[in-house]
Amino acid sequence: MSTPKAMQQSFALRFSSGAFLAFWCILAAFPIFWIAVMSFKSPVDAFAASPLDVIFGPATRANGDGLSVPDIVIGLIVLFFAIRWAFTRLPGLVRQYCPPGYLVLGWVFGAVLYAVSFILIFFGLLPLILSGLNSILGPLGTPVLGLTTEHYVAVWAENEFYRNFLNSMLVTAGVVTISLTVGTLAGYGLARSGSDLAFWLLILALVFRALPHSVLVAGYLPVFINSSEILRPIFGEGAPTLYGQPWAVIAVLVSINQPFTIWMLRSFFQNIPAELDEAARVDGCSHFQAFRRVIMPVMWPGVITTGLFSFLLGYNDFLVTSLLLDAQNQTMVPAIAGYFNRETTTTDQVEAVAAAVSITAPLFLLVMVFQRQIVSGLTAGAVKG
Amino acid sequence: MKFKTFAAFVGPSVFMMLLFIAAPLVSVFIQSFQVTQSVLEQVEVETCTPGFLTQTCTTEIKTVPVLGDDGKTITETRWVGLESYRNVLQMDKFWEAVGNGSWNDIMQIDFWRALRFTLSFTLLTLPLVIGVGLAIALAVNNAARTIRGPVIFISLLPFIITPVIGSLSIYWLFVGDGILTAMMERWTGTNISMFAQAWTIELLMYFYRVWHVAPFAFVIFYAGLQTVNMDTLESAVIDGASRWERLRHVIVPHLMPLIIFIALIHLMDCYRVFEEIVGFRSQAHVISLQWLTYDFMTPDDAGNRAISRASASAMLTMIGIVFLLVLPLRRTWRDHKGSAH
Repeated sequence: MSTPKAMQQSFALRFSSGAFLAFWCILAAFPIFWIAVMSFKSPVDAFAASPLDVIFGPATRANGDGLSVPDIVIGLIVLFFAIRWAFTRLPGLVRQYCPPGYLVLGWVFGAVLYAVSFILIFFGLLPLILSGLNSILGPLGTPVLGLTTEHYVAVWAENEFYRNFLNSMLVTAGVVTISLTVGTLAGYGLARSGSDLAFWLLILALVFRALPHSVLVAGYLPVFINSSEILRPIFGEGAPTLYGQPWAVIAVLVSINQPFTIWMLRSFFQNIPAELDEAARVDGCSHFQAFRRVIMPVMWPGVITTGLFSFLLGYNDFLVTSLLLDAQNQTMVPAIAGYFNRETTTTDQVEAVAAAVSITAPLFLLVMVFQRQIVSGLTAGAVKG
Repeated sequence: MKFKTFAAFVGPSVFMMLLFIAAPLVSVFIQSFQVTQSVLEQVEVETCTPGFLTQTCTTEIKTVPVLGDDGKTITETRWVGLESYRNVLQMDKFWEAVGNGSWNDIMQIDFWRALRFTLSFTLLTLPLVIGVGLAIALAVNNAARTIRGPVIFISLLPFIITPVIGSLSIYWLFVGDGILTAMMERWTGTNISMFAQAWTIELLMYFYRVWHVAPFAFVIFYAGLQTVNMDTLESAVIDGASRWERLRHVIVPHLMPLIIFIALIHLMDCYRVFEEIVGFRSQAHVISLQWLTYDFMTPDDAGNRAISRASASAMLTMIGIVFLLVLPLRRTWRDHKGSAH
């Protein structure tokens, strides 16, 4: 497409626009990149005053932890091919070996298998080979880039961060599944009904969306703590105490998320032509049959996008989980607040950084894989007002 | 769609919202007028210590909680009217401070301090987010097609990151011996500590929020820019409009609905500012309304949670939400009536 002459831009404008963009990209990525670098260094290096010391880590290198030039080169090559393979060959393999109709399950299985084998090769096999190689190479094999994984080992193994990880996964998986099941039905109903009631429900949902979560938690907390006494007349002696129960938190997060979910799914369902289910109705389907046979096969893009945002809500939540769960089944984000209280030495600080990076890594992967869906989800609500 | 089918589709969702959003609101409203305390009684206790010839005995009156049959303390719930609100608002101190004309004295009271920060945070970040988002969108729209994908990927990172972790990552850059503080110290030659006074912390919080939300505004504006009518732009060029005039009179009016949408979402989210306080650990200097409620709810050293005060502060927070939503809701209502007729 050629731009008209009058629309062409002067060099200064193009340059400043490009410079601004570059500045923004550095600004956007720098804090995240920097904590990732810090988490791999010994405490002295991580909080060194000179940026070069933080990157190259002389103190870490002095401890004998580091990467030599061949390490870095081979590591990058393996990483490049691993990512390339994941984006080019993996989809084909999943489609080939997966029984039709179970594609989602196949993808989950494929992704887990890929992740496990990647970890085994990259962190198990590769260091073994490379350490042998380094001892042969002599001077070339001496480390140039300080790098240690001791903080990750400390966080995940000694501090049992994997428990928090499992709790996070449980809560997030619950939130995504239930909120999509309930939300899809409601979103479809709202999109296909033009009644005043539907309008008022949407407005009510908008008001609910604006509520600060602490207001709601102030309502739950006393009830949840005393729930075994309150529920005893109904459930008898076995009445549960809701405080500290992951499934109670799941129910709370699903409800808090519901206003957003139904708005978003409604706008996706409005994009599916109503003629589609009308045709099914003419052929003698009830509304539910039309939904199951006609709408469900075409609704997945919208559902996946909404699911991503539900995932983010459950995964990122701090306020609800920190107040309604106790220390035994804490999720990852509130658990990191536990580091504040004992963050006295710099080692503790770097361990907190490593925990923070561990929480961010899955989100990074998420953006990488689902960038298009996230963008479409952000614009879906807005462009239609 | 018949009402019955509609109800079947929406039922579960509405039920959950009523049970977990509407019902807690009602219970918070009621709690804010009540106080639950353990029942105390005064007991005369005689303590004797062995002494020479006779024991030394003293009797004193102690206040102890009454224990029930199950060994737990018995609690009672009383109606206290507006007492919890008075405890939160501390109007007597407030008027005294107003009478003295002392701004600092007002800022000593937690609620007013939180309100001041929440409002200035909401109002100051709003234009910044819209401005920065629009600037990035224009710059990306200007850039070559091949780099747009990677730029969007990088831009999404601050948006998607867990808010607590995001503010922590900026905290670590500026903390005592953090890399950027060290750099600023080298430039200015003075000793800088970013977390020792309120205004620097607030500055970092504004920066964090713009960093976190600008990508959201960017993505929406970028989508809006794709639908700008090229014919209108070209006719503006023929009419001799400069680049700035074209932006001002063609592009911005086209994006106006999106700007309103972002403003509305941003106001709602900013009013709930909370994670920054946790991430920057600024409780001693800067607090927000939602953090105030959170703080009342976390158990203190004795393990008590100030539920009634939390409820009162929650209800006061709600008043702000009403103000925030009145205008957009009236507009929506008018649009709805307009479309119905």
